[in-house]
This record gives sequence, structure tokens and C-alpha cells, in this order.
Amino acid sequence: MRSKSGASTTLKLAAAGGLLFLHLPLLLIFLYAFTTEEKSYQFPPPGLTLEWFAVAWGRADIWAALGLSLRVAAISTLIAMLLGTLAAGAVARSRFFGREAVSLLIILPIALPGIITGISLRAAFNLAEIPFSFWTIVLGHATFCVVVVYNNAVARLRRASGSLIEASMDLGADGFQTFRLVILPNLATALLAGGMLAFALSFDEVIVTTFTAGQQSTLPIWMLTELVRPRQRPVTNVVAVFVIAATFLPILAAYYLTREGQHAGGEGK
Amino acid sequence: MTLDKAVLDSVEAAQPEAAANPIAVRFQQVARHFGTVRAVDAVDIEIRAGEFFAMLGPSGSGKTTCLRLIAGFEQPDRGHIEIFGEAVEGVPAYRRNVNTVFQDYALFPHMTVLDNVAYALRVRGMARGERHAKARKALALVRLEGYDDRRPVQLSGGQRQRVALARALVGEPKVLLLDEPLGALDLKLREQMQVELKELQRRLGITFVFVTHDQGEALSMSDRLAVFNDGRIVQVGTPEEVYDRPRNRFVAGFVGASNVLEPAVAEALCGRRGLYSLRPERIALVGPGEAAGAEAVAVEGRIDSLQFHGATRRLTVAVPGATLVVMLTAALARPPRVGEVVRLAWPRAALQAMDES
Amino acid sequence: MADAALPLRAVESGGGLLRRLSDLLVTRPRLMLLVLLGPPLVWLGVVYLGALFALLLQSFFSIDEFSGLVRREFTLRTYGELLQPANLDIIIRTVTMAASVTLASAAIAFPIAYYAARYARGRWKALFYLAVMLPLWSSYLVRVYAWKLILAKEGIVTWIFAELHLTWLLDGILALPVIGGPSLSISYLGTFLVFLYIWLPFMILPIQAALERVPASLIEASGDLGATPRQAFATVILPLALPGVVAGSIFTFSLTLGDYIIPQIVGSSRLFIGQAVYTHQGTAGNIPLAAAFTVVPIVIMGFYLWGARKLGAFNAL
Repeated sequence: MRSKSGASTTLKLAAAGGLLFLHLPLLLIFLYAFTTEEKSYQFPPPGLTLEWFAVAWGRADIWAALGLSLRVAAISTLIAMLLGTLAAGAVARSRFFGREAVSLLIILPIALPGIITGISLRAAFNLAEIPFSFWTIVLGHATFCVVVVYNNAVARLRRASGSLIEASMDLGADGFQTFRLVILPNLATALLAGGMLAFALSFDEVIVTTFTAGQQSTLPIWMLTELVRPRQRPVTNVVAVFVIAATFLPILAAYYLTREGQHAGGEGK
Repeated sequence: MTLDKAVLDSVEAAQPEAAANPIAVRFQQVARHFGTVRAVDAVDIEIRAGEFFAMLGPSGSGKTTCLRLIAGFEQPDRGHIEIFGEAVEGVPAYRRNVNTVFQDYALFPHMTVLDNVAYALRVRGMARGERHAKARKALALVRLEGYDDRRPVQLSGGQRQRVALARALVGEPKVLLLDEPLGALDLKLREQMQVELKELQRRLGITFVFVTHDQGEALSMSDRLAVFNDGRIVQVGTPEEVYDRPRNRFVAGFVGASNVLEPAVAEALCGRRGLYSLRPERIALVGPGEAAGAEAVAVEGRIDSLQFHGATRRLTVAVPGATLVVMLTAALARPPRVGEVVRLAWPRAALQAMDES
Repeated sequence: MADAALPLRAVESGGGLLRRLSDLLVTRPRLMLLVLLGPPLVWLGVVYLGALFALLLQSFFSIDEFSGLVRREFTLRTYGELLQPANLDIIIRTVTMAASVTLASAAIAFPIAYYAARYARGRWKALFYLAVMLPLWSSYLVRVYAWKLILAKEGIVTWIFAELHLTWLLDGILALPVIGGPSLSISYLGTFLVFLYIWLPFMILPIQAALERVPASLIEASGDLGATPRQAFATVILPLALPGVVAGSIFTFSLTLGDYIIPQIVGSSRLFIGQAVYTHQGTAGNIPLAAAFTVVPIVIMGFYLWGARKLGAFNAL
């Protein structure tokens, strides 16, 4: 819906205003990470200092939470990539009975509010008397991360010319060779992007995790505890700054990976 | 743009002796349904080795499905398919030594031209040096030497088509299938490629099976052709046979244009019983004093419309009981005008009896 | 070009294990489908659907008031408890908040999406997309936290009002019944603002996608047929963008219904559905009631989705 003339000034202002609204709060966090005031959220900050970064570095509980978050995110992403790719392979190219239902099922964990997923899992763990552990967290994370990988993979598979797989088989490559030589190379960047998004999603997740983690703390859970009962506010801000940076990079990378993709398989048109 | 004669000569010299024209592809009562749609409905075909065979028909007529059945992308629901005498039911496409040039070329976007062409050899496990050499030979065959390191996205439509051709030929398939390969090319390029493809096939001696909805292409390129309609084959024969003696009104109308004389009209104008086809170019304008000629039918009518096409003129003339389409090629001293009353004549032999169905 | 390595037969037979396995899968599409779909479906079916079912099942149990233990017999008593005024309050409060957030975010998101779809070109378009995507994907908790800072009594909002000598205005807003409170971060208004902020990208993206699908030629055609820009907007653009708005509203509505963290961090002590669920399943151990509460958003969203489907929102997703 491209328009040839320029936009009205009000529209431009409204759009810019909206975008600023989205981003200013994050900038504020940056500011507050340097404040000298420890007990409140006073604005403007009375002074600026770097000491909180050092303090955060020294806190063992932060490191433990970070480690857990990273491990959970890594394993969940791997599982999600496997399951998401398989599902995408089935759905993207063939028509079968119940195809829409499958799509719905895959989306459901992320479509329904997190609290439903969280409490369902917790109720199920209770019923089956499974103790909370690293794996209960992973179970929850992998389940809603599947859809992220799945969406990316399906979008890429749909865009690729369908005859590529047929062409490969026509020339003598069996299913496995075709997957290795034709499908995977074309899918690789989409999978990578999906994986990165899944990682970011898992790393940041708190709603479901509070239900499935038992006594353990991932980084977001640590932050939530601090928010409700703050110990050293600026330290929380420092961690927040770190989390912003840590999720910013994978998302940017994922975006660039899926952007270049206008070149399809040599259409004759 | 001619093919490299030296390359072709070397290829021709290396051809093994062809057996006494065995059947390359045989369909026996093959049927393929998609749900309630009968894409292919009890089809019999015999394609001879070494011939250029065209499958012609409108979209949805089943010709592409038949091609896919030969390639192995579809399996027949009923019937029997043989390729060079070997049954191929349940045999996947990669086990068949049959290659396809796809309508959208389907070049692998992540590979260079050379890797694309060498693909069939790579999956067979041929060493890199050897397969690259063969790939280059194939590229030379289609006049694309030096394009080795380009990517498909950098090529024009015509170039991609030739890469697709080279890729399909490098593995020395027994049958080459072409799915409307010229559709995306502009007119001049298309005409050029028609000549090139014909030449290529003649030199290589490989059986070509060519699907198209363009009857002009089918007539000009094929040794024999099959006309498809509604999942069935309506007529098989050489281009001349199909054009001159169309079997029914569908073929008469689809292959070239034709006047279809219903039984009543045929009776009234020519005294013949039955359904007849009359090609527009067989009708001539007869001057007021001229004789129609022996064994000819003459009739008077008024010109309803006239279109000038450069080399030809297309007229529709209203005669008693029908409107006839007339194609005139002669340069005329006095070109006819709309509304004029003229005399038409055609030889009786030009009338082709057709089946009523 | 004759070569011993190239096949002379029309059909190749034999081959290694992988090739034969491929034969099996390629010629039997149903088997292939099973292999592909099996693992994900088993996982999702067992882990997710199984858990959901377990939850649903529990909502039909009840808790014994005296022993505090869950009585595993089928009863509708727990659902009956939902109709108690205190619980009903919670439900109404949450739904009202969800509705207002949805409306407000649609209003704010539309200009942004409209600009991005209609006027942004090339680099700017990418920039816009990133500008909306990044907050969406970056930490939810951090963004909520940011607003706690902003809305704090000693925070930046108060400071801005003070600098503009509008403190009386702020106090007036806070004095409003129901939505006001002792400070912005302890009031419905605060909760509303945070919800709005957090879900905004979810509303922008579908609207932008829907608007982009409107061909410019339609707008030109309407102008050609005599419509003023305002008429064209109301009669051509808005209806075509509606599926996008509805799609976005699915997210904002659903997410607000279930959220328990935002009201906890920025809000009064009165509970929303999410918090109710959290509290009941926590120390109280009243999983049946928690489960019953959870069913409420599910049912509401069920109807919402059904209605949204009718309005064509699923095509805009």
C-alpha cells in the first residue's frame, strides 16, 4: 500500500511519538543502572557511578541464575529446532487431514496465556509426582519455543520453489541426499533465525517458568524476586541492561538472516 | 545462435547403436485420480525410442500429470507403465533414468551454474574433476560456456532454461521430459529455442517427451503428438495427420483453427452426410466470372468481419446456415471489404469427416 | 560421452540402506508424514495437551475446607465458587482491563502501522520493523520493570509534572475513583499504562501487515470515483485493515486476561485473574479453584477467537 506523496505532519508525529513511547523506557533503565541512589527510583538521579557493575559481577546468585538460564535456553532451543523442523516439513508442502489442527496445536502454547501453560504443567507434574528440576523447566520452554522455529521454517519452505525437491529427486538424489544437498542449505538461515529467537524467548521467559522451576532461579525469576522485594535496586538495573543486550543481539541477527531471501530457485518468470 | 557443431559431432559419434526402435514409454490403461477429479482416465500411449513426442492439450487435460507419471512424481492408481520395457510402478523418481526440464526451471539457488549442471553426477558419486568436466561439456552443448560460476539469480530466463536443459542431459537419461519449457520466453527466443531443441534431439537421439498447450509448438517440433482433453487422449499421430485429419471437433478446434460443419450444414452446402471439418486456409475467394473448379464446392456469402494479419487475412463470411472462417494468404489485387458479397470455393477433398462425439 | 559409470538401464535397482529407506518413505507419503509429525505431536500431545487436560480435570474437583486436601470426585462446586461476589469482581475487573487495553492499543498502534505500511520505504521500512520487533522480543520483565521506575512516586513522571508545574493535575488524576490511587504505580491507571506499553507491538504488526496487503490502486480507484481522502479512509482502508486490528486484539485481550506479573508489580492490591490463579495454586494449594479460574480466560478467548475468525482475522496473522 505504498503512497507516492508524503505523509501529513500529524501522522509523522504520531508515528514517531509511538515509536519513542516504545523505546524510551528502555533508555531509562540504562540511566538508572548508573545512579548512586540505592533505596528508591528517584528522578533525576542524584549522581552517576559505575560501582554497581562491579557489585553485580560479584554476586554469586546472579551468576547461578545466569548459568541456569543459559543452559535451559540452549537445550530448549535444540529440542525446539528438532521438533519445529519436523513439523514444518510435514505441514509446509503436503495437504493432509487435520493439517489446520496441527498448526493450531503448535501455536497453542504461545497463543494461550502463559499462566495456563504454566499452571497446567505444574498441575501435571503434581499429578504425576514429578519433582521440579532442570528438566521440568526445559519441558515447558521447549514446548512454546517450537512454534518460533516452526513459523520460520514453514515460511521459508513455502517460499522455496516446490519443484526444487522434485528436481533433486528427478536427477537421482534420494530423500536423504535431497535433504542434505537441497533442503537443508535453503533452510539453514531460517532455522538459525528461529533458533536465535527461540533462545531469546527462553532466556527471557518468566511467566511459565515460575510455575515449573520449583526452587531454582533463572535470571528472569531472580529479577522478579528482586522486583517484589528489592535488595539493591541499581544492581537489578545492571542485570536488566545486560538482559537487554543479550536479547538484542540474537534478534538483530535473526532479522538479518531471514531478510535476504528474495532470491528463489530460478523461476522462469 | 547455433549449437556448437564440433561438440555435437563428438556426441553423435559416441552414440551406441539404437536397438530397432523399441518402445521408450508405454502406458496401458493408466488412470490417476485426485479425489473425485480424474486427471488421467484410462490412457494408452506408446512413445518410440528416439522420437520427439509432444503431449498437447488445454490446462487440466491430463498431459502434465502423464508427464509426472513418467518422471515418477506420481504413481498411477490403475494401469501399467513401462520405460524401455521395465515396469516402474512403485519406483521413485530418483531410480528412473528419466530427467525433467521443469516449467519454472527449478535451478538450485544456492549452487553455481556448474554445480547445478553437475548435480546428477554428484549424487551418483562421481569424482569432482570428472563431473565438472562433463558438466562443462553439457554447458557447451547449450552454448553457455564460461557461465560456470554464475548463480541462477544472475541469469536471464533464456539462460536459466538452457542451464536446466544441460542439467537434465548431463546424466545421459534415457528419456528427457520437458514441461512447457518455452512458456516463459518471449516470442523470438521461443522460436529460436524450438529450432535448437529440435536440432539437439535429432543429434543426441534421446527420446524427448514435450508437454505444451501451444499447438503451434507441438506441430512444428514433434515427430508425433498426442492431443489430450479431459484426462483422455483424443488423437495420436504425426503433426500432418492430426492437422489434416482431425478426429473430432475438439481436435479440429484446438489444433489450428477450423470450420466445423454440422451435419445439417454439410448436407445443405456440400451434399455430405455427417460432421465435417474444413480448414480456413483451404477456402478461396472466387471472382464473379471464374469457375469454381472441378470437384469443388462453391457458395455465396457476405463478409461479416475482416482482420488483417500482415501475411494473412482472416475473414468471417455468413453463408446459408453457418458462418465460415476464411484465411487468405494471396496478395489480392482488390482486397475484400466488410459487407461485400463474395463467392467461396473449396475442394471436396478438403472436407474431413469427423466422429460425432 | 559413453562412460561405464553412467547407468545404461532405465530403472536403477539396488543401492545402500539409506536409499532403500528413502524408497520406503518417498513411495509411502503417509509413512513419511508419520515420521515427520510423530515426534512433535507426541511431545505436544503428551506434555501440553496432557497437562491442559490434567488442569481441566482438576477444575471439576473441589477442596475440602477442613483438611485442605483436594477431593477427587466430580463436582461443579468449584465453578460455583467463581460466582461469589469477590471472585466475580476479579473476573469483571480483568475483562474490563483487557477491553480497555485492547481499544487503547488499537488507537495508538493504528497511526504507527499506517505510517509504516503506507509511507515507509526501503531502509526506513526495515528500521520501523526493527523498532517494533526489538521491544517485542526483548525482555518482558525488563520492560515492566522500566515502567515501575517511571511510575514510581519519586520517578520521572512525577518529576515531569513538577517541572511543568502540573502537579495539581497529577494529583487530580490520582484522586479519581477506581482508576486512581496513592501513586501511579499503585493504581489501575498505572497497570493500564504498562499493559498498553507491553502489548503495543502485538497490535502494530498485524495491522501493518493487513494494511500492506491493501493495494495502492484501491485508494487511487476510490479517489478516481470521487471519494475524499477521509471517505476513502473510512470506507476502503479501515474495513480492509479491520482483520489486522482484530488479529492484534486477540493478543492484547488474551495476554491481559492471563497476566499475573504486571498487576503484581504495578497495581493496587486488588487481584486480577492471573494473580488469583497464582495465589490459589500456591500456598493455599487450592488447585481446583485455580483451575476453575483458568478456565475463564480459555472460554472467553474461545468465543473471541470464534468471532475473530468470522471477521477474517486469521488471514491477517
